[in-house]
Amino acid sequence: MIAVQNLTKTYTGKTVLNIDHLEIQKGNSFGLVGNNGAGKTTLFSALLDLIRPTTGHIESNGIKVNESEEWKSRTSAFIDETFLIGYLTAEEYFYFIGELRGQNKADVDTLLSGFEDFFHGEILGQKKYLRDLSKGNQKKVGIIAALIGNPEVIVLDEPFANLDPTTQIRLKKIIKDLATNPEVTVLVSSHDLMHVTEVCERIVVLDKGEVVKDIATSQETLKELEEHFNK
Amino acid sequence: MLKHFITLQWKSFWRSASLTSGLFMKLFMGFWAIWLIIMMGSGGVGAFFFFKEELGLDPLEVINRFLIYWLVVDLIFRYALQKMPVINITPLLLLPFNKNKIVSFAFGKTVFSFFNIVHAFFFIPFSVLLVAKADYPAINVLLWNLGLIALVYSNNFLNIILNKKDNLIFFIGGIMAILGALHYFGYFDVTTYTAPFFQGLYNTPFLILIPIAIALFLIFISFRSFTKDLYLDAGLAAKSKDVKTENLDWLDRFGKTATFLKNDIKLIKRNKRARSTVMVSILFLFYGLLFFTGSVEAYDGPVWRIFAAIFVTGGFLLSFGQFVPSWDSSYYPLMMSQNIKYKEYLSSKWWLMVIATLISTVLASGYLYFGWEVYVAILVASVYNIGVNSHVVLWAGAYVKTPIDLTSNKRAFGDKQSFNTKTLLLSLPKMALPMILYAIGHYAYSPYAGYALVALAGVAGFAFKDKVFDIIESIYKSEKYKTISAYKQKN
Repeated sequence: MIAVQNLTKTYTGKTVLNIDHLEIQKGNSFGLVGNNGAGKTTLFSALLDLIRPTTGHIESNGIKVNESEEWKSRTSAFIDETFLIGYLTAEEYFYFIGELRGQNKADVDTLLSGFEDFFHGEILGQKKYLRDLSKGNQKKVGIIAALIGNPEVIVLDEPFANLDPTTQIRLKKIIKDLATNPEVTVLVSSHDLMHVTEVCERIVVLDKGEVVKDIATSQETLKELEEHFNK
Repeated sequence: MLKHFITLQWKSFWRSASLTSGLFMKLFMGFWAIWLIIMMGSGGVGAFFFFKEELGLDPLEVINRFLIYWLVVDLIFRYALQKMPVINITPLLLLPFNKNKIVSFAFGKTVFSFFNIVHAFFFIPFSVLLVAKADYPAINVLLWNLGLIALVYSNNFLNIILNKKDNLIFFIGGIMAILGALHYFGYFDVTTYTAPFFQGLYNTPFLILIPIAIALFLIFISFRSFTKDLYLDAGLAAKSKDVKTENLDWLDRFGKTATFLKNDIKLIKRNKRARSTVMVSILFLFYGLLFFTGSVEAYDGPVWRIFAAIFVTGGFLLSFGQFVPSWDSSYYPLMMSQNIKYKEYLSSKWWLMVIATLISTVLASGYLYFGWEVYVAILVASVYNIGVNSHVVLWAGAYVKTPIDLTSNKRAFGDKQSFNTKTLLLSLPKMALPMILYAIGHYAYSPYAGYALVALAGVAGFAFKDKVFDIIESIYKSEKYKTISAYKQKN
């Protein structure tokens, strides 16, 4: 379970994030939508203790993320290309993450074999460093690397952006499968309302750093969101 | 149109992320520039009087003999230090700028580079003295100077071409090294062939056309190759080669540290910038020649032996270690959100430096040629490097927050943030402490007592390894957010 308490983040006098209270239940699949600058990435970065909140804190499983590092072994994330090591090949990167998360090569290989159609033959055995892959293929590597080592909390920032339609559909299936596991909490942000309503059980809309909507997904949700953003 | 380029340059300079905190560095660079100008100026004056009064030779002839080496050294310095005329080109390509204009502006910038202007501080006073004190005809001296200007600019554009071709510099450098060695050992003196040419610039007016033609030719070649390559998939593209996945499983015997060690070895093998630290350490291997051959008088003191030996064995340690953890800057958020034991991370870098120091020590056995006392100094310095400097370097590195662009090596020497007061203070024990320790032992008792003291300090340093790692770990933790945001800012 993730709990956000009185969280604000201010950059040079401008408040970019201001959340009084937000709880995300274990096993939930949680979607975050909002326009550019709404604070989605800031919230995820604070959750990963990559930025220091101006006030308040975030707890993961009862542990304040900025006080202990105990949450790290249960949490994985892909935010942007700073989560990739450019001079490694995809395999080397997966094995490196695997070693950090206590998985041996065989474990990683087993996991990867389940995603062969997602990779679409463009990732493994490519004789290329990650920095030379296209943006979309880099994203595929980052997303799958975030699944290594049975994490209980998976944070994906804009996972659908830059992906081709086929891969988007496959990714939706992957996220839905993850969500069926009651031990795994998935947090996804997106600009694409359709994708996010399809894969998330709960959707929170951020606007200028504040929570303006908190919806349990239903048939009507997509319409409701479209109306909200069409104002 | 020129106005646009200049405003763009102006903004990119003043708004660059590293500038704001680089005031100290600017003062530092300014100090060096002034120092160099003064040295050049007094060198010009001093050379004239030294050759004329002391040696009783024609100063112009002496200078002309060595001009070829002057130009070669200039080229080498340029290759190592001068930044390439990069303006952020890609966004300009679609705008209604003529491609020739873009390249002309980029090249025009290099014309005003310090590397071109600094020569004037030597040759102008020298030439003025030639005319005023030795009654050389002003016209001929002027022509000689014009010829030199053309040659200096030839170097400028030759450097631009060399920078595009990876291996050409080694070819040229190799030839020059061989010629220099042949000259030194008296087999073949290249200056007997080049000196008449430089003398001719002074004697024969029309000869000046040759250097000017060379300069124009090089400008033409470099200009053409730049305009031709102004495409996203040509000169502006990142080169990519076929690579293969590497195992390096044999490193697993290092236990937990191996995870990072494997990565660090790939880091060094696969990135230009990291590879250049290896080059630096190879160069430092030869640094001792300056001291142990007695070729520089000022360095003959016994204490300098330790100074040289620290560099000979510690080239890699000093150049690599000072940028830990910046080597990992491009993926620092990943590292910070993984469950990483800082001790394992640090000890991987530590092992790398220790291994490199040991290899340097073995390679330095060539110095046995100068007597085994010299090699004892190297061994002792090696112990000190491993025992003390390896920790101090990592400690100082923790304060450096310069993001490193692994794929380019041009900024290897010009990093603005890599100097700050803390790192300067921490560099004292690296160099000064072993020299002081040695001096105490040497002058109080005997050279061996000096060596023993330095070696003892090295061995004692091991005892503090865990303590220092703890300190570094706490620096990493307390500076974490600052470091992440500093690494995010790329130039």
